[in-house]
Amino acid sequence: MLHHIGGYLLMLRLVFVKPTKGKVMRKLIFKDIQDLIIGSLGIVGFLSFFVGGVVAIQTALNIDSPLIPKNLVGFATRQSVILEFAPTFMSIILAGKVGSFITSSIGTMRVTEQIDALEVMGINSVNYLVFPKIIAMLLLPLVINISMFLGIMGGYAATLYGGFSSSADFIEGIQLDFRPFHVVYAFVKTFIFAIILATIPSYHGYYMKGGALEVGKAATVAFVWTSVVIIVLNYFITQLLLA
Amino acid sequence: MIALRNITKSFDGREVLKGISMVFEPGKTNLIIGQSGSGKTVLLKCLLGLHQPDSGEMLFNGEVFGEMDDSIKRTLRREMGMVFQGSALFDSMTVLENVMFPMQMLTNTPQKEIKSAAEQVIERVNLKDANKKLPAELSGGMQKRVAIARAVVMKPKYLFCDEPNSGLDPKTAIVIDNLIREITQENNITTVINSHDMNSVMEIGDSILFLKDGIKAWEGSKELIFKTDNTAVNDFVYSSDLMKKVKQLYK
Repeated sequence: MLHHIGGYLLMLRLVFVKPTKGKVMRKLIFKDIQDLIIGSLGIVGFLSFFVGGVVAIQTALNIDSPLIPKNLVGFATRQSVILEFAPTFMSIILAGKVGSFITSSIGTMRVTEQIDALEVMGINSVNYLVFPKIIAMLLLPLVINISMFLGIMGGYAATLYGGFSSSADFIEGIQLDFRPFHVVYAFVKTFIFAIILATIPSYHGYYMKGGALEVGKAATVAFVWTSVVIIVLNYFITQLLLA
Repeated sequence: MIALRNITKSFDGREVLKGISMVFEPGKTNLIIGQSGSGKTVLLKCLLGLHQPDSGEMLFNGEVFGEMDDSIKRTLRREMGMVFQGSALFDSMTVLENVMFPMQMLTNTPQKEIKSAAEQVIERVNLKDANKKLPAELSGGMQKRVAIARAVVMKPKYLFCDEPNSGLDPKTAIVIDNLIREITQENNITTVINSHDMNSVMEIGDSILFLKDGIKAWEGSKELIFKTDNTAVNDFVYSSDLMKKVKQLYK
């Protein structure tokens, strides 16, 4: 465990030394934005819309008492989506999609000696491979922003379609007791998760040993550890910023 | 020219290279041969600077590698080309992009000149029509030729090849061997090739270093290897029925 933490920190140091030429790096960053961010918008949008809808339905179905106002559906949907679903659970879903892509692409380069080829040419392979992924993943808050919007829209659509409350009640709910700091909190943790999502899978891909089978195993291990680190950090960030 | 003086290297207490000394001359194809696990790849990685020898000296054109400062080492790196066993082509790039890559990364040459230099080298390895193809669309032999083109596009002084014809049919293997030798002679490169293929030894073995269990067991040329009485060399060279028959005919 300590060996891996040490290796991970050493890799992070290598990311920022002996940088690749700016012109080449720009191309790599745009390619990674395409692969990691734009390529994830579809699944993020789809999941957010439907999970937002399910949160609204579950909330509505659990309101038995006539004393509880109907605007609670909108309020609960907003709070669930902004505080946890969009930043944390969407990051875990992306650990599966983006993380396994990063691990398997870097791992395959390791297995097929492409990383050795970079090193022999005198290129800092860690900077070449990992730095553009970190920069690309810094756009994750934009994705999470879309997730928040679509999650709430999903809740709104489900509420209206299911007849659980009126449009006015839902809109009143999503405006009720709104604290802008909750959005700040969500983006702060998204920013930290973005760095985790780019670096832990990169570490597992870069330092993997073996052949094609091990690439698959490394992707699985990377997903598990990325998720664990996100969940643990989520606890501490919440304690620090909201408690 | 590369000179090795008493190179040793151990991993986890196991000595893999035990005092290797050798001179690799320019304009010649220098082969390192031996069984799997004899230390060939470790020696090649030491030459490439990917492993640091535990003791001994490596001299590149008379300069001791260990005593060079970082900027000279970086310059030396740019004078090295490497052909990997599996070609190690970047699979997201076309043939042309693969060959242009080292120049794009390591020089400030204008893009137009880089493209022109890459096209010339690709033409030299007879792959003119494959410029826009991805590595996955090429045969093993073609991939090796692209790897050679990429390795020599920067006009290196030193060319290293790790099992350059492994996985190829005998005819294609000879084409690759001869291409390496021609490029070596044309550009007066110091070429070091790791191999356990006796066809390569017979085809291009200008100078041969035979390793056994990390020790230099023999050195000579392709002409001498068939005349030596060295038991370890004979065990290796005449391990197949084909080579045993060649030996009988040779006698």
